[in-house]
Amino acid sequence: MSATSAAAVQIVGAHKSFGDKKVLRGIDLSIEPGTVTAILGPSGSGKSTLLRAVNHLEKLDEGYVAVDGELIGVHLVGDRLKELHEKQILRQRARIGFVFQNFNLFPHLTVIENIVEAPVATGRLPKAAARERALELLAQVGLSDKADAFPRQLSGGQQQRVAIARALALDPQLILFDEPTSALDPELVGEVLAVIRRLAETGRTLVVVTHEIGFAREVADHVVFLDEGVIVEQGSPGDVLVNPTHARTRDFLARVL
Amino acid sequence: MTTASLRSGVSAPASPEHRAQLVPAAALTRRVQPLRRPWQWVATGVVLLLALNFGQTLFTNPAWEWSRVGHWFFNPAILTGLTITLEATAISAVVSFVGGVIVALARRSRNRVLSGAAWLYIWVFRSIPLILVLVFLYNLASLYPKIGVGIPFGPQLQFSTTNVLSDLTLGVVGLSLAEIAFAAEIVRSGLVAVDLGQHEAAKALGIPRYRQFTRIVLPQALRTIVPGYVNQIVGLLKSSSLLFYVSVLDLFGVVQNLQSTYPSEVIPLLVVASVWYLILTSAIALVQYFVERFYNRGLKGAR
Repeated sequence: MSATSAAAVQIVGAHKSFGDKKVLRGIDLSIEPGTVTAILGPSGSGKSTLLRAVNHLEKLDEGYVAVDGELIGVHLVGDRLKELHEKQILRQRARIGFVFQNFNLFPHLTVIENIVEAPVATGRLPKAAARERALELLAQVGLSDKADAFPRQLSGGQQQRVAIARALALDPQLILFDEPTSALDPELVGEVLAVIRRLAETGRTLVVVTHEIGFAREVADHVVFLDEGVIVEQGSPGDVLVNPTHARTRDFLARVL
Repeated sequence: MTTASLRSGVSAPASPEHRAQLVPAAALTRRVQPLRRPWQWVATGVVLLLALNFGQTLFTNPAWEWSRVGHWFFNPAILTGLTITLEATAISAVVSFVGGVIVALARRSRNRVLSGAAWLYIWVFRSIPLILVLVFLYNLASLYPKIGVGIPFGPQLQFSTTNVLSDLTLGVVGLSLAEIAFAAEIVRSGLVAVDLGQHEAAKALGIPRYRQFTRIVLPQALRTIVPGYVNQIVGLLKSSSLLFYVSVLDLFGVVQNLQSTYPSEVIPLLVVASVWYLILTSAIALVQYFVERFYNRGLKGAR
Protein backbone atom coordinates (compact mmCIF):
# COMPACT_ATOMS: atom_id res chain seq x y z
CA MET A 1 0.00 0.00 0.00
CA SER A 2 2.03 2.92 -1.23
CA ALA A 3 1.51 6.46 -0.10
CA THR A 4 3.10 9.68 -1.27
CA SER A 5 3.09 12.23 1.53
CA ALA A 6 0.85 11.97 4.55
CA ALA A 7 -1.48 14.73 5.64
CA ALA A 8 -1.49 16.78 8.82
CA VAL A 9 -4.77 17.61 10.56
CA GLN A 10 -5.46 20.62 12.70
CA ILE A 11 -8.64 21.09 14.67
CA VAL A 12 -9.05 24.50 16.29
CA GLY A 13 -11.76 25.69 18.69
CA ALA A 14 -14.33 23.15 17.50
CA HIS A 15 -17.84 23.70 18.90
CA LYS A 16 -20.96 21.81 17.92
CA SER A 17 -24.46 21.52 19.38
CA PHE A 18 -27.42 19.38 18.42
CA GLY A 19 -30.33 21.47 19.63
CA ASP A 20 -29.64 22.17 23.30
CA LYS A 21 -27.08 19.43 23.62
CA LYS A 22 -23.49 20.64 23.39
CA VAL A 23 -21.57 17.80 21.78
CA LEU A 24 -18.22 19.49 21.16
CA ARG A 25 -17.15 22.21 23.56
CA GLY A 26 -13.96 23.71 22.27
CA ILE A 27 -11.69 21.03 20.86
CA ASP A 28 -8.11 21.79 19.84
CA LEU A 29 -6.16 18.93 18.36
CA SER A 30 -3.06 18.68 16.22
CA ILE A 31 -2.37 15.48 14.33
CA GLU A 32 1.10 14.92 12.88
CA PRO A 33 1.40 13.60 9.32
CA GLY A 34 1.93 9.85 9.04
CA THR A 35 0.78 9.08 12.56
CA VAL A 36 -2.02 6.88 13.90
CA THR A 37 -4.31 8.66 16.34
CA ALA A 38 -6.83 6.73 18.41
CA ILE A 39 -9.78 8.67 19.80
CA LEU A 40 -11.37 7.05 22.84
CA GLY A 41 -14.23 8.03 25.06
CA PRO A 42 -17.56 6.93 26.48
CA SER A 43 -20.57 6.92 24.18
CA GLY A 44 -21.96 10.42 23.77
CA SER A 45 -18.57 11.97 24.40
CA GLY A 46 -18.56 13.56 20.94
CA LYS A 47 -15.80 11.43 19.42
CA SER A 48 -17.79 10.39 16.32
CA THR A 49 -19.02 13.95 15.80
CA LEU A 50 -15.43 15.19 15.97
CA LEU A 51 -14.28 12.62 13.42
CA ARG A 52 -17.18 13.41 11.09
CA ALA A 53 -16.37 17.11 11.34
CA VAL A 54 -12.93 16.40 9.85
CA ASN A 55 -14.45 15.69 6.42
CA HIS A 56 -17.40 18.04 6.99
CA LEU A 57 -20.05 15.33 7.26
CA GLU A 58 -20.83 17.32 10.39
CA LYS A 59 -20.75 21.12 10.21
CA LEU A 60 -19.06 22.87 13.11
CA ASP A 61 -20.90 25.76 14.75
CA GLU A 62 -17.59 27.42 15.61
CA GLY A 63 -13.96 26.65 14.95
CA TYR A 64 -12.39 24.92 12.00
CA VAL A 65 -10.65 21.86 10.66
CA ALA A 66 -7.67 22.15 8.36
CA VAL A 67 -5.96 19.34 6.46
CA ASP A 68 -2.45 20.20 5.28
CA GLY A 69 -3.19 23.85 5.95
CA GLU A 70 -6.37 23.87 3.83
CA LEU A 71 -9.63 24.75 5.58
CA ILE A 72 -12.20 21.96 5.20
CA GLY A 73 -15.78 22.84 4.27
CA VAL A 74 -15.32 26.55 4.90
CA HIS A 75 -13.34 29.54 3.70
CA LEU A 76 -12.40 32.83 5.23
CA VAL A 77 -14.31 35.86 3.99
CA GLY A 78 -13.11 39.00 5.74
CA ASP A 79 -13.08 37.99 9.40
CA ARG A 80 -15.71 35.28 9.09
CA LEU A 81 -15.76 31.58 8.18
CA LYS A 82 -18.34 30.77 5.51
CA GLU A 83 -19.43 27.38 4.28
CA LEU A 84 -18.04 26.39 0.89
CA HIS A 85 -20.15 25.45 -2.09
CA GLU A 86 -21.11 21.76 -2.03
CA LYS A 87 -19.05 21.03 -5.13
CA GLN A 88 -15.86 22.25 -3.46
CA ILE A 89 -16.64 20.29 -0.28
CA LEU A 90 -17.10 17.11 -2.33
CA ARG A 91 -13.75 17.73 -3.99
CA GLN A 92 -12.10 18.05 -0.56
CA ARG A 93 -13.81 14.90 0.71
CA ALA A 94 -12.49 12.90 -2.23
CA ARG A 95 -9.02 13.37 -0.73
CA ILE A 96 -10.05 12.09 2.71
CA GLY A 97 -10.97 8.45 3.22
CA PHE A 98 -13.82 7.62 5.58
CA VAL A 99 -14.72 4.18 6.92
CA PHE A 100 -18.10 3.83 8.62
CA GLN A 101 -19.14 1.71 11.57
CA ASN A 102 -21.89 0.10 9.46
CA PHE A 103 -19.70 -0.20 6.33
CA ASN A 104 -22.36 1.53 4.19
CA LEU A 105 -21.39 -0.40 1.09
CA PHE A 106 -23.74 0.18 -1.83
CA PRO A 107 -25.88 -3.00 -1.70
CA HIS A 108 -27.04 -2.82 -5.34
CA LEU A 109 -23.47 -2.76 -6.67
CA THR A 110 -20.95 -5.61 -6.69
CA VAL A 111 -17.80 -5.39 -4.61
CA ILE A 112 -15.71 -4.17 -7.53
CA GLU A 113 -18.38 -1.70 -8.63
CA ASN A 114 -18.39 -0.31 -5.09
CA ILE A 115 -14.67 0.34 -5.28
CA VAL A 116 -14.62 1.66 -8.84
CA GLU A 117 -17.51 4.08 -8.30
CA ALA A 118 -15.75 7.01 -6.60
CA PRO A 119 -12.59 7.26 -8.73
CA VAL A 120 -14.72 7.12 -11.89
CA ALA A 121 -17.43 9.47 -10.60
CA THR A 122 -14.90 12.07 -9.55
CA GLY A 123 -13.05 11.77 -12.85
CA ARG A 124 -9.90 10.64 -11.04
CA LEU A 125 -9.39 7.52 -13.16
CA PRO A 126 -10.80 6.10 -16.40
CA LYS A 127 -12.93 3.01 -15.92
CA ALA A 128 -10.35 0.42 -16.96
CA ALA A 129 -7.62 1.89 -14.77
CA ALA A 130 -10.03 2.15 -11.84
CA ARG A 131 -10.89 -1.54 -12.24
CA GLU A 132 -7.25 -2.52 -12.27
CA ARG A 133 -6.61 -0.44 -9.14
CA ALA A 134 -9.68 -1.96 -7.47
CA LEU A 135 -8.38 -5.49 -8.08
CA GLU A 136 -5.03 -4.50 -6.55
CA LEU A 137 -6.78 -3.11 -3.49
CA LEU A 138 -8.93 -6.22 -3.15
CA ALA A 139 -5.77 -8.31 -3.18
CA GLN A 140 -4.34 -6.11 -0.43
CA VAL A 141 -7.35 -6.68 1.83
CA GLY A 142 -7.35 -10.39 0.94
CA LEU A 143 -10.60 -10.51 -1.01
CA SER A 144 -9.49 -11.08 -4.60
CA ASP A 145 -12.05 -13.84 -5.06
CA LYS A 146 -14.98 -11.61 -4.01
CA ALA A 147 -14.80 -8.99 -6.78
CA ASP A 148 -18.12 -9.96 -8.32
CA ALA A 149 -19.96 -10.77 -5.10
CA PHE A 150 -22.64 -8.49 -3.72
CA PRO A 151 -22.06 -6.98 -0.25
CA ARG A 152 -24.91 -9.04 1.24
CA GLN A 153 -23.07 -12.22 0.37
CA LEU A 154 -20.09 -11.26 2.54
CA SER A 155 -19.49 -11.49 6.28
CA GLY A 156 -19.32 -8.26 8.28
CA GLY A 157 -15.54 -8.43 8.43
CA GLN A 158 -15.29 -8.93 4.68
CA GLN A 159 -17.69 -6.03 4.09
CA GLN A 160 -15.61 -3.74 6.25
CA ARG A 161 -12.45 -4.76 4.37
CA VAL A 162 -14.21 -3.91 1.09
CA ALA A 163 -15.23 -0.56 2.62
CA ILE A 164 -11.57 0.10 3.44
CA ALA A 165 -10.56 -0.81 -0.11
CA ARG A 166 -13.27 1.54 -1.38
CA ALA A 167 -11.87 4.39 0.73
CA LEU A 168 -8.34 3.60 -0.53
CA ALA A 169 -9.44 3.77 -4.17
CA LEU A 170 -9.20 7.57 -4.01
CA ASP A 171 -5.62 7.31 -2.68
CA PRO A 172 -6.28 9.45 0.38
CA GLN A 173 -3.36 10.58 2.52
CA LEU A 174 -5.72 10.82 5.48
CA ILE A 175 -8.18 8.08 6.45
CA LEU A 176 -10.81 8.41 9.16
CA PHE A 177 -12.27 5.30 10.83
CA ASP A 178 -15.52 5.64 12.79
CA GLU A 179 -15.64 2.65 15.15
CA PRO A 180 -14.68 0.30 12.31
CA THR A 181 -15.11 -2.90 14.35
CA SER A 182 -18.08 -2.03 16.57
CA ALA A 183 -20.67 -3.66 14.29
CA LEU A 184 -18.69 -6.88 13.92
CA ASP A 185 -19.02 -10.26 15.59
CA PRO A 186 -16.06 -10.68 17.99
CA GLU A 187 -14.35 -13.33 15.88
CA LEU A 188 -14.32 -10.99 12.84
CA VAL A 189 -12.71 -7.99 14.57
CA GLY A 190 -9.18 -9.29 14.12
CA GLU A 191 -9.20 -9.44 10.32
CA VAL A 192 -10.28 -5.78 10.05
CA LEU A 193 -7.78 -4.60 12.65
CA ALA A 194 -5.05 -6.48 10.77
CA VAL A 195 -5.85 -4.51 7.60
CA ILE A 196 -5.78 -1.21 9.51
CA ARG A 197 -2.51 -2.20 11.18
CA ARG A 198 -0.92 -2.81 7.77
CA LEU A 199 -2.28 0.53 6.54
CA ALA A 200 -0.59 2.24 9.47
CA GLU A 201 2.77 1.05 8.11
CA THR A 202 2.24 2.82 4.76
CA GLY A 203 2.84 6.24 6.26
CA ARG A 204 -0.70 7.52 5.77
CA THR A 205 -2.29 9.56 8.53
CA LEU A 206 -4.97 7.49 10.28
CA VAL A 207 -7.51 8.70 12.81
CA VAL A 208 -9.47 5.91 14.47
CA VAL A 209 -12.41 6.26 16.81
CA THR A 210 -12.40 2.94 18.61
CA HIS A 211 -13.29 0.90 21.65
CA GLU A 212 -10.46 -1.54 21.03
CA ILE A 213 -8.04 -0.47 23.78
CA GLY A 214 -5.61 -3.23 22.93
CA PHE A 215 -5.47 -2.10 19.32
CA ALA A 216 -4.98 1.53 20.37
CA ARG A 217 -2.12 0.57 22.67
CA GLU A 218 -0.43 -1.51 20.00
CA VAL A 219 -0.91 0.59 16.87
CA ALA A 220 -1.59 4.21 17.87
CA ASP A 221 1.17 6.80 18.12
CA HIS A 222 -1.15 9.19 19.86
CA VAL A 223 -4.20 8.56 22.04
CA VAL A 224 -6.89 11.16 22.71
CA PHE A 225 -9.44 10.67 25.47
CA LEU A 226 -12.66 12.64 25.01
CA ASP A 227 -15.47 13.12 27.50
CA GLU A 228 -18.49 15.42 27.39
CA GLY A 229 -17.19 17.27 24.37
CA VAL A 230 -13.74 18.15 25.65
CA ILE A 231 -10.33 16.48 25.43
CA VAL A 232 -9.65 15.24 28.93
CA GLU A 233 -6.22 13.85 28.25
CA GLN A 234 -3.95 13.04 25.31
CA GLY A 235 -0.52 11.64 24.75
CA SER A 236 1.33 8.45 23.92
CA PRO A 237 -0.55 5.16 24.50
CA GLY A 238 1.78 4.47 27.39
CA ASP A 239 0.83 7.72 29.09
CA VAL A 240 -2.91 7.74 28.50
CA LEU A 241 -3.68 4.03 28.64
CA VAL A 242 -1.16 2.79 31.15
CA ASN A 243 -0.68 5.78 33.45
CA PRO A 244 -3.74 8.01 33.02
CA THR A 245 -3.58 11.19 35.09
CA HIS A 246 -7.30 11.97 35.12
CA ALA A 247 -9.91 10.20 37.18
CA ARG A 248 -12.35 10.19 34.25
CA THR A 249 -9.84 8.40 32.03
CA ARG A 250 -9.13 5.86 34.76
CA ASP A 251 -12.88 5.24 35.28
CA PHE A 252 -13.40 4.72 31.56
CA LEU A 253 -10.47 2.34 31.20
CA ALA A 254 -11.59 0.39 34.24
CA ARG A 255 -15.00 -0.08 32.63
CA VAL A 256 -13.85 -1.15 29.16
CA LEU A 257 -10.88 -3.33 30.10
CA MET B 1 -33.83 -26.46 30.69
CA THR B 2 -33.96 -30.15 29.91
CA THR B 3 -32.70 -29.75 26.35
CA ALA B 4 -29.96 -27.42 27.52
CA SER B 5 -28.72 -29.84 30.12
CA LEU B 6 -28.98 -32.75 27.67
CA ARG B 7 -26.97 -30.82 25.09
CA SER B 8 -24.27 -29.92 27.54
CA GLY B 9 -24.17 -33.52 28.70
CA VAL B 10 -24.78 -32.69 32.34
CA SER B 11 -27.49 -35.30 32.87
CA ALA B 12 -27.11 -38.96 31.95
CA PRO B 13 -27.36 -39.80 28.23
CA ALA B 14 -30.89 -40.77 27.17
CA SER B 15 -31.29 -44.56 27.25
CA PRO B 16 -33.99 -46.38 25.18
CA GLU B 17 -35.99 -47.06 28.38
CA HIS B 18 -35.76 -43.40 29.29
CA ARG B 19 -37.13 -42.37 25.88
CA ALA B 20 -40.00 -44.83 26.05
CA GLN B 21 -41.46 -43.30 29.17
CA LEU B 22 -43.94 -40.87 27.59
CA VAL B 23 -45.00 -42.73 24.42
CA PRO B 24 -44.88 -46.39 23.37
CA ALA B 25 -41.75 -47.36 21.46
CA ALA B 26 -43.75 -47.96 18.27
CA ALA B 27 -44.81 -44.29 18.15
CA LEU B 28 -41.17 -43.23 17.95
CA THR B 29 -40.57 -45.07 14.68
CA ARG B 30 -43.45 -43.45 12.80
CA ARG B 31 -43.55 -40.01 11.19
CA VAL B 32 -45.57 -37.34 13.07
CA GLN B 33 -48.92 -36.96 11.33
CA PRO B 34 -49.70 -33.39 10.22
CA LEU B 35 -53.02 -31.80 11.26
CA ARG B 36 -55.93 -32.71 8.96
CA ARG B 37 -57.79 -29.72 7.50
CA PRO B 38 -61.18 -30.96 6.30
CA TRP B 39 -62.62 -27.47 5.70
CA GLN B 40 -60.04 -26.91 3.01
CA TRP B 41 -61.66 -29.68 1.01
CA VAL B 42 -65.10 -28.16 1.52
CA ALA B 43 -63.88 -24.75 0.35
CA THR B 44 -62.21 -26.32 -2.68
CA GLY B 45 -65.43 -28.12 -3.55
CA VAL B 46 -67.52 -24.94 -3.31
CA VAL B 47 -65.12 -22.95 -5.50
CA LEU B 48 -64.94 -25.70 -8.11
CA LEU B 49 -68.70 -26.04 -8.19
CA LEU B 50 -69.19 -22.31 -8.75
CA ALA B 51 -66.49 -22.22 -11.41
CA LEU B 52 -67.95 -25.17 -13.28
CA ASN B 53 -71.43 -23.64 -13.16
CA PHE B 54 -70.20 -20.38 -14.64
CA GLY B 55 -67.88 -22.16 -17.07
CA GLN B 56 -70.78 -24.15 -18.39
CA THR B 57 -72.76 -21.00 -19.22
CA LEU B 58 -69.86 -19.73 -21.32
CA PHE B 59 -70.57 -22.59 -23.71
CA THR B 60 -74.30 -23.08 -23.33
CA ASN B 61 -75.47 -19.45 -23.24
CA PRO B 62 -75.65 -18.32 -26.92
CA ALA B 63 -75.74 -14.63 -25.89
CA TRP B 64 -71.92 -14.70 -25.42
CA GLU B 65 -71.69 -14.98 -29.22
CA TRP B 66 -68.10 -16.22 -29.23
CA SER B 67 -67.92 -16.24 -33.02
CA ARG B 68 -68.64 -12.49 -33.01
CA VAL B 69 -65.91 -11.98 -30.39
CA GLY B 70 -63.48 -13.57 -32.83
CA HIS B 71 -64.86 -11.39 -35.59
CA TRP B 72 -64.33 -8.13 -33.71
CA PHE B 73 -61.08 -9.01 -31.93
CA PHE B 74 -58.71 -7.81 -34.67
CA ASN B 75 -61.13 -5.32 -36.23
CA PRO B 76 -59.12 -2.30 -37.55
CA ALA B 77 -61.24 0.18 -35.54
CA ILE B 78 -60.63 -1.81 -32.36
CA LEU B 79 -56.90 -1.99 -33.11
CA THR B 80 -56.78 1.77 -33.71
CA GLY B 81 -58.48 2.31 -30.36
CA LEU B 82 -56.01 -0.09 -28.76
CA THR B 83 -53.11 1.95 -30.18
CA ILE B 84 -54.57 5.15 -28.73
CA THR B 85 -54.98 3.48 -25.33
CA LEU B 86 -51.40 2.24 -25.42
CA GLU B 87 -50.09 5.60 -26.56
CA ALA B 88 -51.97 7.57 -23.91
CA THR B 89 -50.93 5.12 -21.16
CA ALA B 90 -47.28 4.86 -22.19
CA ILE B 91 -46.74 8.60 -22.60
CA SER B 92 -48.56 9.41 -19.36
CA ALA B 93 -46.63 6.70 -17.50
CA VAL B 94 -43.27 8.15 -18.56
CA VAL B 95 -44.27 11.80 -18.07
CA SER B 96 -45.79 10.98 -14.67
CA PHE B 97 -42.69 9.19 -13.49
CA VAL B 98 -40.35 12.03 -14.43
CA GLY B 99 -42.83 14.54 -13.03
CA GLY B 100 -43.26 12.39 -9.93
CA VAL B 101 -39.50 12.36 -9.27
CA ILE B 102 -39.38 16.15 -9.65
CA VAL B 103 -42.38 16.77 -7.37
CA ALA B 104 -41.05 14.24 -4.83
CA LEU B 105 -37.67 16.00 -4.77
CA ALA B 106 -39.40 19.37 -4.44
CA ARG B 107 -41.46 17.99 -1.57
CA ARG B 108 -38.25 16.95 0.20
CA SER B 109 -36.54 20.26 -0.53
CA ARG B 110 -35.32 22.47 2.31
CA ASN B 111 -36.86 25.39 0.39
CA ARG B 112 -40.25 26.00 2.00
CA VAL B 113 -41.77 27.53 -1.14
CA LEU B 114 -40.78 24.52 -3.22
CA SER B 115 -41.94 21.91 -0.73
CA GLY B 116 -45.13 23.89 -0.08
CA ALA B 117 -45.92 24.10 -3.79
CA ALA B 118 -45.29 20.35 -4.18
CA TRP B 119 -47.56 19.62 -1.22
CA LEU B 120 -50.29 21.84 -2.67
CA TYR B 121 -50.02 20.18 -6.07
CA ILE B 122 -50.30 16.70 -4.58
CA TRP B 123 -53.21 17.77 -2.38
CA VAL B 124 -55.18 19.24 -5.30
CA PHE B 125 -54.66 16.50 -7.86
CA ARG B 126 -55.09 13.64 -5.43
CA SER B 127 -58.42 15.11 -4.39
CA ILE B 128 -60.10 15.95 -7.70
CA PRO B 129 -61.54 12.99 -9.65
CA LEU B 130 -59.73 12.38 -12.92
CA ILE B 131 -62.91 12.79 -14.93
CA LEU B 132 -63.30 16.30 -13.51
CA VAL B 133 -59.72 17.19 -14.41
CA LEU B 134 -60.31 15.95 -17.96
CA VAL B 135 -63.57 17.84 -18.44
CA PHE B 136 -61.96 20.94 -16.94
CA LEU B 137 -59.14 20.73 -19.46
CA TYR B 138 -61.67 20.11 -22.22
CA ASN B 139 -63.31 23.40 -21.34
CA LEU B 140 -60.05 25.19 -20.71
CA ALA B 141 -60.47 27.32 -23.83
CA SER B 142 -63.53 29.00 -22.36
CA LEU B 143 -61.67 29.64 -19.07
CA TYR B 144 -58.33 30.68 -20.60
CA PRO B 145 -58.62 31.30 -24.38
CA LYS B 146 -54.87 31.85 -24.42
CA ILE B 147 -52.30 30.15 -22.23
CA GLY B 148 -48.71 31.12 -21.69
CA VAL B 149 -46.05 31.98 -19.16
CA GLY B 150 -44.45 35.28 -18.35
CA ILE B 151 -43.83 37.82 -15.65
CA PRO B 152 -47.11 38.92 -14.02
CA PHE B 153 -48.17 42.21 -15.65
CA GLY B 154 -44.97 41.95 -17.73
CA PRO B 155 -44.06 40.30 -21.03
CA GLN B 156 -45.82 37.00 -21.79
CA LEU B 157 -45.31 34.03 -24.07
CA GLN B 158 -48.77 33.02 -25.23
CA PHE B 159 -50.53 30.40 -27.34
CA SER B 160 -54.13 29.85 -28.31
CA THR B 161 -55.44 27.10 -26.03
CA THR B 162 -57.30 25.16 -28.72
CA ASN B 163 -54.22 25.10 -30.95
CA VAL B 164 -51.91 23.70 -28.30
CA LEU B 165 -54.21 21.08 -26.88
CA SER B 166 -55.39 18.52 -29.41
CA ASP B 167 -57.82 15.99 -27.92
CA LEU B 168 -55.20 13.29 -27.34
CA THR B 169 -52.66 15.78 -25.97
CA LEU B 170 -55.33 17.10 -23.67
CA GLY B 171 -56.07 13.57 -22.52
CA VAL B 172 -52.42 12.80 -21.86
CA VAL B 173 -51.96 16.10 -20.01
CA GLY B 174 -55.01 15.35 -17.86
CA LEU B 175 -53.91 11.80 -17.07
CA SER B 176 -50.39 12.97 -16.28
CA LEU B 177 -51.51 15.86 -14.08
CA ALA B 178 -53.43 13.47 -11.88
CA GLU B 179 -50.89 10.68 -12.07
CA ILE B 180 -47.90 12.85 -11.12
CA ALA B 181 -49.50 13.48 -7.74
CA PHE B 182 -49.66 9.75 -7.01
CA ALA B 183 -46.28 9.02 -8.60
CA ALA B 184 -44.70 11.72 -6.41
CA GLU B 185 -45.91 10.01 -3.25
CA ILE B 186 -44.70 6.60 -4.46
CA VAL B 187 -41.29 8.01 -5.39
CA ARG B 188 -41.07 9.88 -2.08
CA SER B 189 -41.77 6.72 -0.08
CA GLY B 190 -39.03 5.00 -2.06
CA LEU B 191 -36.52 7.78 -1.38
CA VAL B 192 -37.34 7.78 2.34
CA ALA B 193 -36.67 4.03 2.46
CA VAL B 194 -33.03 4.45 1.37
CA ASP B 195 -30.72 4.23 4.38
CA LEU B 196 -29.18 7.53 5.48
CA GLY B 197 -25.79 5.84 5.54
CA GLN B 198 -25.98 5.45 1.77
CA HIS B 199 -26.24 9.22 1.31
CA GLU B 200 -23.36 9.69 3.75
CA ALA B 201 -21.13 7.13 2.06
CA ALA B 202 -21.74 8.77 -1.32
CA LYS B 203 -20.94 12.19 0.17
CA ALA B 204 -17.84 10.95 1.96
CA LEU B 205 -16.50 9.54 -1.31
CA GLY B 206 -16.91 12.94 -2.95
CA ILE B 207 -19.31 11.61 -5.60
CA PRO B 208 -20.94 14.57 -7.41
CA ARG B 209 -24.44 15.38 -6.21
CA TYR B 210 -26.31 14.50 -9.40
CA ARG B 211 -24.55 11.15 -9.59
CA GLN B 212 -25.21 10.47 -5.89
CA PHE B 213 -28.88 10.56 -6.83
CA THR B 214 -28.84 8.71 -10.14
CA ARG B 215 -26.27 6.05 -9.27
CA ILE B 216 -26.62 5.45 -5.54
CA VAL B 217 -29.96 6.67 -4.17
CA LEU B 218 -32.47 6.27 -7.01
CA PRO B 219 -31.54 2.68 -7.96
CA GLN B 220 -32.07 1.63 -4.34
CA ALA B 221 -35.30 3.62 -4.07
CA LEU B 222 -36.56 1.95 -7.25
CA ARG B 223 -36.72 -1.35 -5.41
CA THR B 224 -39.54 0.09 -3.35
CA ILE B 225 -40.93 2.29 -6.11
CA VAL B 226 -41.36 -0.28 -8.89
CA PRO B 227 -44.13 -2.45 -7.40
CA GLY B 228 -46.16 0.57 -6.34
CA TYR B 229 -45.64 2.40 -9.59
CA VAL B 230 -46.50 -0.59 -11.78
CA ASN B 231 -49.72 -0.89 -9.83
CA GLN B 232 -50.26 2.76 -10.63
CA ILE B 233 -49.65 2.15 -14.35
CA VAL B 234 -52.29 -0.59 -14.36
CA GLY B 235 -54.69 1.93 -12.84
CA LEU B 236 -53.59 4.43 -15.46
CA LEU B 237 -54.29 1.96 -18.27
CA LYS B 238 -57.83 1.57 -17.04
CA SER B 239 -58.29 5.27 -16.28
CA SER B 240 -57.37 6.03 -19.88
CA SER B 241 -60.84 4.74 -20.79
CA LEU B 242 -62.16 7.99 -19.30
CA LEU B 243 -60.62 9.80 -22.26
CA PHE B 244 -63.72 8.70 -24.17
CA TYR B 245 -65.58 11.47 -22.34
CA VAL B 246 -63.32 14.11 -23.87
CA SER B 247 -63.86 12.66 -27.36
CA VAL B 248 -60.67 10.59 -27.59
CA LEU B 249 -61.44 7.28 -29.29
CA ASP B 250 -59.41 4.86 -27.20
CA LEU B 251 -60.20 1.14 -26.96
CA PHE B 252 -63.19 1.77 -24.72
CA GLY B 253 -64.33 4.72 -26.88
CA VAL B 254 -64.22 2.64 -30.06
CA VAL B 255 -66.23 -0.11 -28.39
CA GLN B 256 -68.80 2.44 -27.20
CA ASN B 257 -69.15 3.81 -30.74
CA LEU B 258 -69.44 0.38 -32.31
CA GLN B 259 -72.12 -0.55 -29.80
CA SER B 260 -74.36 2.28 -30.96
CA THR B 261 -73.82 1.24 -34.58
CA TYR B 262 -74.30 -2.50 -33.87
CA PRO B 263 -76.70 -2.66 -30.90
CA SER B 264 -77.06 -6.41 -31.24
CA GLU B 265 -73.36 -6.97 -30.63
CA VAL B 266 -73.01 -5.24 -27.28
CA ILE B 267 -71.90 -8.35 -25.36
CA PRO B 268 -69.22 -9.59 -27.77
CA LEU B 269 -67.82 -6.04 -28.05
CA LEU B 270 -67.59 -5.74 -24.25
CA VAL B 271 -65.85 -9.13 -24.16
CA VAL B 272 -63.36 -7.98 -26.81
CA ALA B 273 -62.50 -4.85 -24.80
CA SER B 274 -62.20 -6.83 -21.54
CA VAL B 275 -59.89 -9.42 -23.09
CA TRP B 276 -57.65 -6.73 -24.56
CA TYR B 277 -57.40 -5.00 -21.15
CA LEU B 278 -56.56 -8.38 -19.59
CA ILE B 279 -53.81 -8.92 -22.15
CA LEU B 280 -52.34 -5.43 -21.62
CA THR B 281 -52.35 -5.79 -17.83
CA SER B 282 -50.69 -9.21 -18.09
CA ALA B 283 -48.01 -7.72 -20.33
CA ILE B 284 -47.37 -5.02 -17.73
CA ALA B 285 -47.12 -7.66 -14.99
CA LEU B 286 -44.59 -9.58 -17.07
CA VAL B 287 -42.43 -6.49 -17.52
CA GLN B 288 -42.74 -5.83 -13.78
CA TYR B 289 -41.37 -9.28 -13.01
CA PHE B 290 -38.16 -8.62 -14.91
CA VAL B 291 -37.75 -5.04 -13.70
CA GLU B 292 -38.17 -6.11 -10.07
CA ARG B 293 -35.71 -8.93 -10.53
CA PHE B 294 -33.19 -6.42 -11.86
CA TYR B 295 -33.58 -4.00 -8.96
CA ASN B 296 -33.48 -6.79 -6.39
CA ARG B 297 -30.11 -8.01 -7.57
CA GLY B 298 -27.59 -8.09 -4.76
CA LEU B 299 -30.33 -8.20 -2.16
CA LYS B 300 -30.91 -11.91 -2.02
CA GLY B 301 -27.51 -12.87 -0.69
CA ALA B 302 -26.38 -16.10 0.89
CA ARG B 303 -26.25 -14.66 4.40
